[in-house]
Amino acid sequence: MNNNHQSDFRENLKNRHTIGKWFYIILLACLLVGLLMLTALIIDLAVEGHAWIRPELFSNYHSRKPEQAGMKSAIIGSLIVMALTGLFSFPLGIGAAIYLEEYAKKNWLTNFINININNLAGVPSIVYGMLGLAVFGRMFGLFSTDSWLVKLLHLKVGEGTLSGLQFNLFGISWLEIHLPFHKSLLAGALTMTLLILPVVIISSREAIRSVPNTIREAAFGLGATKWQVVSKQVVPIAMPGIITGIILSLSRAIGETAPLIIMGAFTYVPFLPKSIWDQFTVMPIQIYNWITLPQTEFRVNLAAAGILVFLAILLTFNAIAVLLRKKLEIKW
Amino acid sequence: MKEELSNSTIISAKNLSVSYGSQEAFHGITLDIPRNKIVAIIGPSGCGKSTLIRCFNRMNDLVPSAKVSGDVFYNGQNIYGPNVDAVQVRRQIGMVFQKPNPFPKSIYENISFGAKVNNYQGNMDELVEKSLKQAALWDEVKDDLTKSGLALSGGQQQRLCIARALATEPEVILMDEPASALDPIATLKIEELMQELKEQYTIIIVTHNMQQASRASDLTAFISLDRTRVDDRVGVLVEYDLTEKIFIKPAEKETEDYISGRFG
Repeated sequence: MNNNHQSDFRENLKNRHTIGKWFYIILLACLLVGLLMLTALIIDLAVEGHAWIRPELFSNYHSRKPEQAGMKSAIIGSLIVMALTGLFSFPLGIGAAIYLEEYAKKNWLTNFINININNLAGVPSIVYGMLGLAVFGRMFGLFSTDSWLVKLLHLKVGEGTLSGLQFNLFGISWLEIHLPFHKSLLAGALTMTLLILPVVIISSREAIRSVPNTIREAAFGLGATKWQVVSKQVVPIAMPGIITGIILSLSRAIGETAPLIIMGAFTYVPFLPKSIWDQFTVMPIQIYNWITLPQTEFRVNLAAAGILVFLAILLTFNAIAVLLRKKLEIKW
Repeated sequence: MKEELSNSTIISAKNLSVSYGSQEAFHGITLDIPRNKIVAIIGPSGCGKSTLIRCFNRMNDLVPSAKVSGDVFYNGQNIYGPNVDAVQVRRQIGMVFQKPNPFPKSIYENISFGAKVNNYQGNMDELVEKSLKQAALWDEVKDDLTKSGLALSGGQQQRLCIARALATEPEVILMDEPASALDPIATLKIEELMQELKEQYTIIIVTHNMQQASRASDLTAFISLDRTRVDDRVGVLVEYDLTEKIFIKPAEKETEDYISGRFG
């Protein structure tokens, strides 16, 4: 490729291609660091824990004897907390996201809210635990015997373990209400809802924003009202993205330990919850509890087995999210 | 508020101006659109052609910064009047957009959406069939109406969008460069379709394509930038006449320059 006439280009191809190759190798190395760590973790856990993944792990409660110890109440507790958290965060997250994307005017107030939702997503989870404890767990002590509200309304509140107000809403037997929520599944799930809500709102907004504006114009152009455009076109089209975002947020919540420890979730729960007002424990708390025990079987083997079960559930969650996205996504 | 106008005028713009924030898009446009005709709006980019037709079905309401002054009369009624609901205006004055924008749903749902949201009481299957036939798409899609609108070719998608607009039984159809994203064959189909639709509907079409305007329209409005305002880009109506007149013997020098390709 020699050309004869004078040129100011010194192409230096060899060097440029070498730099390119090195860049590629560095990128690959960056990826491998993360992957190797994950592989090391899984191998380590499998070696220590595989023999302890046995029926008792799923069918028994915690026991003083490692051979009999299981995490039944923790698995069930985690699944119920997740289900409730999903139930609460789905409507709240979508509602807030629709408002911000489709209805809110672009002004300083909206900007201020936007910034703060992003900030909230970064607040340490333990802070949400404290918030949840104050708001849901204790309700600021409004239903304790000496509160002004109780005195004002002459409410009949219990003391000790049955403290607070208990009644049946509209007299319906299954609509039992306990105020405050104490250390119940409901209090835990509501705290988790607060925790993941900013992330749910942000991901739902992204899903709504990715609906092309031409769809809104088309629907408006046919004489649809704003409500019809949003409810019949924009939200259904955004739904795959919204659901994926919520499932991924839930898999963050399932691993959270700190807020539930603050809330007072128990480490030893030898029963399954009968209602959302019952006490509970979750997998990360059970695992943490085992790690703090002195016996090797608890500290190493059972903890590893628990983490493997936990990872399996987490991967299932994420796989469902990926499958849903693949199945429902719209190819424009 | 009844305006004095002949039976043949369906839309009448009076001293219409639109601005986005402090920037005026076009200024003082007055023109009458006759019933059952095809009116082409031509002019250089950025002179406000799309903005103009978006005034006719109040789509500009959706742009928060857009401010419309002047009046638009539709069948003698001012659509910017106090008792007029933009939603009703948009059902009666349909719109087809520059890029085909079918909903990511079945062909059937694409057509039935406009009827459903407007509480159509008739037989939906018949309406879907009639609309698709009118848009010359029925024969190509009748075997599978459950197929996604997005699975159609670009030209078919645009005819689906026309069928969708027809399904709300409008009187006027606004077309904003409907063929600019299509190949010549699909473009020709749209133009043939316009000639058929003219029997029942009034069509206002924005186009960049001079041949399209001269082939397909009965009247042509030429909008250009106001030469007296050097600093802004503000559209004004230069000339509005029968298409033959505009293309063969325009009254204004600027029109002649534009259509002969000397500027724009």
